[in-house]
Amino acid sequence: MEYIIEMLNIRKEFPGIVANDNITLQVKPGEIHALLGENGAGKSTLMSVLFGLYQPEAGEIKVRGKKVNITNPNVANDLGIGMVHQHFKLVHNFTVTENIILGQEPTERGKINIKKAAKEIKELSQKYGLEVDPYAKIMDITVGMQQRVEILKMLYRNAEILIFDEPTAALTPQEITELIEIMKRLVKEGKSIILITHKLKEIKAVADRCTIIRRGKYIDTVDVKTTSEEKLASLMVGREVSFQVEKEDSNPGDVVLKITDLVVRDSRELKAVDGLNLEIRKGEILGIAGVDGNGQTELLEAIAGLRKVESGRIELMGKDITNLPVRNRTELGIGHIPQDRHKHGLILDFILSENMVLQTYYKHPYSKNGLLNNEAINKKAKELIEEFDVRSGQGIYTRTGAMSGGNQQKAIIAREVDRSPALLIAGQPTRGLDVGAIEFIHKKLVEERDKGRAILLISLELDEVMNISDRIAVIYEGRIVGVVDAKEATERQLGLMMAGSGPDMKEGDF
Amino acid sequence: MGIMDFISIIIPLTLAAAAPIISASLGGLFSERSGVVNIGLEGLMMIGAFTAATVTVLIESSLGAISPWIGIFAGIIAGGLMSIIHAYVSINLKADQVISGTAINLLAGGITIYLAQIIFNQQRTKAFLYGIKKQNIPVFAKLPVLGKMFFSSVHITSYIVIIIAFIVWYVVYQTPFGLRLRAVGEHPGAADSMGINVYKMRYIGVILSGMFAGMGGSIMVLTQDIQYTYATIHGTGFIALAALIFGKWHPIGVLGAGIFFGFSQALGVVAYQMPLLKNLPQEFFWAFPYILTIIALVVFSGRSVAPRAVGKPYEKGER
Amino acid sequence: MLKFVTDEKKQKFLVPLLSVLFGFLAGAVVMIITNINPLDGYKALIKGVLGNPRKFGEWIVSSTPLILTGLAVAFGFRTGLFNIGAEGQLIVGSFAAVAVGILIKAPKVIHLPLVLMAAALAGAFWAFIPGFLKARFRVHEVVVTIMLNYTALNLVNYAIKSLPGSSNTKTVAIQPTADLSSDFLSKITSYSRLHWGFVVSILMAVLFWYIIEKTTFGYELRAVGFNPDASEYAGMKVDRNIVLSMMISGAFAGLAGAMISIGTFDYARVIGSFEGYGFDGIAVALLGNNAGLGIVIAGFLFGALKAGSRAMALASVPKEIADIIMAFIVLFAAMNYGIKKLLVRLGKEAK
Repeated sequence: MEYIIEMLNIRKEFPGIVANDNITLQVKPGEIHALLGENGAGKSTLMSVLFGLYQPEAGEIKVRGKKVNITNPNVANDLGIGMVHQHFKLVHNFTVTENIILGQEPTERGKINIKKAAKEIKELSQKYGLEVDPYAKIMDITVGMQQRVEILKMLYRNAEILIFDEPTAALTPQEITELIEIMKRLVKEGKSIILITHKLKEIKAVADRCTIIRRGKYIDTVDVKTTSEEKLASLMVGREVSFQVEKEDSNPGDVVLKITDLVVRDSRELKAVDGLNLEIRKGEILGIAGVDGNGQTELLEAIAGLRKVESGRIELMGKDITNLPVRNRTELGIGHIPQDRHKHGLILDFILSENMVLQTYYKHPYSKNGLLNNEAINKKAKELIEEFDVRSGQGIYTRTGAMSGGNQQKAIIAREVDRSPALLIAGQPTRGLDVGAIEFIHKKLVEERDKGRAILLISLELDEVMNISDRIAVIYEGRIVGVVDAKEATERQLGLMMAGSGPDMKEGDF
Repeated sequence: MGIMDFISIIIPLTLAAAAPIISASLGGLFSERSGVVNIGLEGLMMIGAFTAATVTVLIESSLGAISPWIGIFAGIIAGGLMSIIHAYVSINLKADQVISGTAINLLAGGITIYLAQIIFNQQRTKAFLYGIKKQNIPVFAKLPVLGKMFFSSVHITSYIVIIIAFIVWYVVYQTPFGLRLRAVGEHPGAADSMGINVYKMRYIGVILSGMFAGMGGSIMVLTQDIQYTYATIHGTGFIALAALIFGKWHPIGVLGAGIFFGFSQALGVVAYQMPLLKNLPQEFFWAFPYILTIIALVVFSGRSVAPRAVGKPYEKGER
Repeated sequence: MLKFVTDEKKQKFLVPLLSVLFGFLAGAVVMIITNINPLDGYKALIKGVLGNPRKFGEWIVSSTPLILTGLAVAFGFRTGLFNIGAEGQLIVGSFAAVAVGILIKAPKVIHLPLVLMAAALAGAFWAFIPGFLKARFRVHEVVVTIMLNYTALNLVNYAIKSLPGSSNTKTVAIQPTADLSSDFLSKITSYSRLHWGFVVSILMAVLFWYIIEKTTFGYELRAVGFNPDASEYAGMKVDRNIVLSMMISGAFAGLAGAMISIGTFDYARVIGSFEGYGFDGIAVALLGNNAGLGIVIAGFLFGALKAGSRAMALASVPKEIADIIMAFIVLFAAMNYGIKKLLVRLGKEAK
């Protein structure tokens, strides 16, 4: 058979948006086929159609040459199609076994036969080299093992076509290499793989062919070996893309933020930050690289004042702010672009102008004698959205939840930057945004640096950290294990440190 | 009064008060485990109680002693039917589940007395003769010591409910249905991706809650009263909710919590006979179970182990 | 058509209007099923409210406490709190008003405001408890407030019997200096029990609107109600606001209690079970879309249902039909807001 999966002229609509517009995808048996596109291009939607989570408005799907109608995941499973989701769909307080057998539980007179299931899973995991503990609870195992559970879920159902949705977001460079080996092994065992990603390096490392989609439309299908990363990028975005950010050398001044022996516990009472030391100076961008879950989130929250510090010191321009309430820190000069813009950064039910004064509403001129001064608030909001090109349906009267992610983020950045904070901390400032917004935000951050601010950038995208930062600090298991000059850093070096095998750093080296 | 007398009075009272609480609370467990908050348990108990009382009155002249059991059956059906409203509004229309539950309570309060007026021409049902009376449980009543304490002069429905609690434990923790139900309440997206119909599971959870609450109300009116009035349930549905939280959403925990709250109600009834307590005003004892519930909630609020997705309507395509 | 329905401003009208319509329709269906002619029933309802000046006065009397409990529940809603405890807060407020009205002697210009303040403070205190428990121990307010309702019912009954001069069913009359009733108002409505309370309730509605829309505190309350995480990020004291908000909510409910005990009556009564004003307040808040003007209108609507339903009994319609209609209105309002959320998503995706 020529193709094992064919998705022909697929059209998928949601209210007001066409997510997939006449897309055709053809996968050969035994190949690793990459599906490339920016955030929001429609890749996940297309695969959700293949997996039976959505029904297409038009188009047809053929599996092994026969036309099929995939109405729900059970049908997809029966056809041998399985999906490893980007955000794992695992029940946190179930065991590995329970998660894998959910929906297809082996029973004995009405009761679930857990022993039989665990045995089958052990066998499966040994066959494919996917190490798991069948009786461990999901909330207690590592991200790497969780991903292996996701893969086993499919193999337990005899999947032949495996869809991987952005599988490397939460992995170290070394774990990514392991995953690539796993994928190659699966293909050797006769499986076919569709890899959804926007990471060009990984496509080059493992894929045979690549289909590119842009804004819901099919662009091209290319042979990976003969196509350069630059060509892939420009197909993805539709124009020439430069990977480097234009910036001059930094000129760092006095120390703005000094963190000493910081210990912070996470929501499960474990030490997320465990004796961390760090310094940031005026006029520099310090990027923190690290795999998700090594304490970055808790570090950011501790600096902002959203999380209690167990021990250690945080000093802002010489002043001890370790236990100060959030508002005091804001007033002393901290700007915070939060990691989760919907949870912390904005109140989606407020109109835009109300969000623009979220940090300043209580001060003159926005408030006087306990009463709001809407005129002053609206004036400021109008200024900011013009200066930062924040687009919205009804200007400052738009309900914030109705704005696009990129514009919401621009609004947050406008608000924080406008206060001229001495220290700007940014958590994942470009997550989920399209290339245009990303370029804008990177530019703004460099601008602020040139004005003399200190910027602390936390990002899970190693490329971003390497592009913008002046210095890069690597966080591993709650400690800074190495600080390097961005100009000299290599991905391999950073990758090793992110996985904990960097050279030992002594106190005072940074 | 001696300690043996005290025990032999308080145990049947405790069991009688506990049974409706446990029953309704098990209902709440099914609903919340599937991810739907149901504070309409009070109203569903009302509907169950009213239906049971009415049916019993209407058929007892022809069917005699079996009437209350048919009444309970009718109450279960009535509770299940009424809960469909809550299911539809919460699951399909994704409305606020607490408001929907409150509407159920308002509706039940109105419709039960309205129908009583229509059927019986008064603000309450006619009194029935064949309630569920206390009895000595065959075989068990003959046990030494325990027989007199636990199995003499008690309502058999109390023990039926206790057995049901164990059955519920088995279903929820040992069967595929139970695994899928819990998955839907913890991570509906995961369940959906494994081919489980989230809407269907939630409907089942809510309808079961209606049936169990209906059963609780039926048992309550048939064991503790002679007719249904506006005061028959007096907040028991809400105490059942507290028992669910107190029992950490686990059937055996709920069983324990229900017995605990039943005991506090029983204490209020016998207190006037007890040496120290008889000097306190009656009203204090009537308020005691409610105050105790608050204290229990505070002490046990600790780490909430509610099903993770409870109260959030499920939308496909949420990543 | 879709554009009309997705316009948020129009939705503010449509949802309550449709809910009321469907509520009355559902009530009609219930009447038909039980062999009553809905037209007769509704005619009796209208006559029961507008038939003569006395009925009109009674209509306003019924509406006054409902507006206040509506404000109480709505204030909680705006801050993200579900205050089902208005019933209990009303009971303690009612008692506090009468206690001050009986035990203290003072000229009217001091006594009356004192009595009202006592009611508000008592209600605020009773609401402080669930507010504090939520802020400090993260205990959900729904079950706590309901337990406190029953607690208040029993404890206040005892307290009433303990006041000097009380019988087993009520207290003595309050002093005239603490009375809200008015011979003037009574006369112009053919001797109904109309009292100045309705002015108080309207003033409170204005205060409600002012606090929420115009003050800095109101901005914080709305923020916490919509998104406590972002409010924390913005440096707001979330816990303190939760407690304050519950207290203000309770104060409104306490005042509602005063309306009854020193307005409609002039003594406190021992009651066997809840009279339902607090629960009805939920319906009023929902229908009024948690906004001052809407609550006043909804309060009068439900007041009409309550007052008129007594007259419906003359047409052989049990007065509980009012509760049934009210429950359906709440249900339809809940459904409608659910549909509205869907429509908002539609409108958003269309952009």
